[in-house]
Amino acid sequence: MGGMVNFLLRLVLVAATLGVWEGLVRVLAVPAYILPAPSSIFHALWRGFGFDLSIGLVGNFNAVSDSLYIGHIGVTLAETFMGFALGCFLAFLFGTMVALSRRAEYFLYPFIVMFQAMPKVALAPLIIVWFGLGITSKVVNAALVAFFPLMVNTIVGLRSAEEDRVNLMRSLAATRGQIFWMLQLPNAMPYIFAGLEISMIFALIGAIVGEFVGAQSGLGMLIQSMNFSMDVAGQFSVLLILSVLGLTLNGIVAAIRRRVLFWDPAQTADTSQVANKKAGSL
Amino acid sequence: MDARTTPHPQPVGASEVIAVRHLSKSYGSGPSAVAALSDIDFSVADGEFMAVVGPSGCGKSTLLKILAGLLPASEGTALLRNLPIMGPRRDIGVVFQSPVLFPWRSVIGNVLLPADVQKLDKTVMQRRALDLLKLVGLTGFEERYPRELSGGMQQRVGIVRALIHDPALLLMDEPFGALDAMTREQMNVELQRIWLESRKTVLFITHSTSEAVFLADRVLVMTARPGRIQDALTIALPRPRQLDVMNTEQFGGYVKRIRQALNAGGGLD
Repeated sequence: MGGMVNFLLRLVLVAATLGVWEGLVRVLAVPAYILPAPSSIFHALWRGFGFDLSIGLVGNFNAVSDSLYIGHIGVTLAETFMGFALGCFLAFLFGTMVALSRRAEYFLYPFIVMFQAMPKVALAPLIIVWFGLGITSKVVNAALVAFFPLMVNTIVGLRSAEEDRVNLMRSLAATRGQIFWMLQLPNAMPYIFAGLEISMIFALIGAIVGEFVGAQSGLGMLIQSMNFSMDVAGQFSVLLILSVLGLTLNGIVAAIRRRVLFWDPAQTADTSQVANKKAGSL
Repeated sequence: MDARTTPHPQPVGASEVIAVRHLSKSYGSGPSAVAALSDIDFSVADGEFMAVVGPSGCGKSTLLKILAGLLPASEGTALLRNLPIMGPRRDIGVVFQSPVLFPWRSVIGNVLLPADVQKLDKTVMQRRALDLLKLVGLTGFEERYPRELSGGMQQRVGIVRALIHDPALLLMDEPFGALDAMTREQMNVELQRIWLESRKTVLFITHSTSEAVFLADRVLVMTARPGRIQDALTIALPRPRQLDVMNTEQFGGYVKRIRQALNAGGGLD
């Protein structure tokens, strides 16, 4: 019962915040280019999805015919997914190499340390120069940002196999390959999934930052172009979309994680807090 | 090597499963080396239940790791069925202090781990696994996951896993050390039952004198720094032994003698 009451209180709080926001903007006559009222944000959202014919406001670039946002969402999502896949593939590969081979660790370590301390988003302008204004540069940027959280967690995860478990495998005369596939990899899965969850969100951030710096389409570019045309309500509506996208992407990975890691008692708790501590920075 | 000419405590015979000869182990090298085991010499006959009792730090776990092929000896040899133990061997089963189950494998999956590693016939092993789980009273728990089991049940899965590939030797490293006293006594009774049915050769390491006397045919008493064998005694209590055998004078006599050996060798921790 208490849960139900709390849930209703939550809804009331959100509605009240929106109401006060709307009221203040109207009463104080705040200009729309400073802070738009929630109603105009929802109107912009509505319009952006093609439910209004007056899209001419922001129609000075090659927008998808009747639904401006759908096309841009598609571009940003494509960049995010491709960047995520590329970044995670490389992160798993390098993470495994470093975790399993002292030699690989020795030679790769200086690079890892250097890159880990660096804010990866600062590389975005260079990447645009190297890979152009098309989708490739955004994929590379997303991959770069998504790379580190998963690599760090892969290394930590693969090395976290308990000594007793390794001894058990060794006592059975298991090969190194068997120890990897039967023990180290499944043992690392909670870490890997924590890394994947962060990398998923980081890939979205990488794609948006790449679009800020230079792009022909995508939600990041849309925010930039709305900013130039003082369409603040439009910007808010895109931020709302990004928030929903972030939640959805995170939810997808979390759902897969719960399915794969059904055996891990820690999964009932929120592991993203722990994961944030382990994973690298942007 | 004139050490080889010294007489062994037990005669060398075909029925020997383990023969340990002048085994020493030290960690580190040079003057800073720490001797963990010094001149260990014993053998275990086929089907014998041998317990090794000693205080912590007496090197009994080191001894077990050497026999399991997880650690090399510094000096001397350990033979399993007359072949020197050079590394991990497929005909050894090990039960560790903790159950060491893989949480992502079901009970039957954990039991079949050695069979998977050693690529043994799946259908044969599956049937054997079910039989062994029945033997330890875990029928109906095959598809459960380790976190759903109690500590005692988990350790029973660990024992069944060590038996699945029908090893020549079962090494047990304080397998019930993490259990509460009552569960531990029940597990001792159960282990005796399993042993009477399977008649495996067992080397059982413990720091509990009563556990050693209750379970074993023979008890080796080790003392610490460096680990060496202080005494060896044969337990002539009839089997199957019930828990109330612990109240008999004979049982008390064995425990007393082990205590004396431990005290003579530098005392209990």
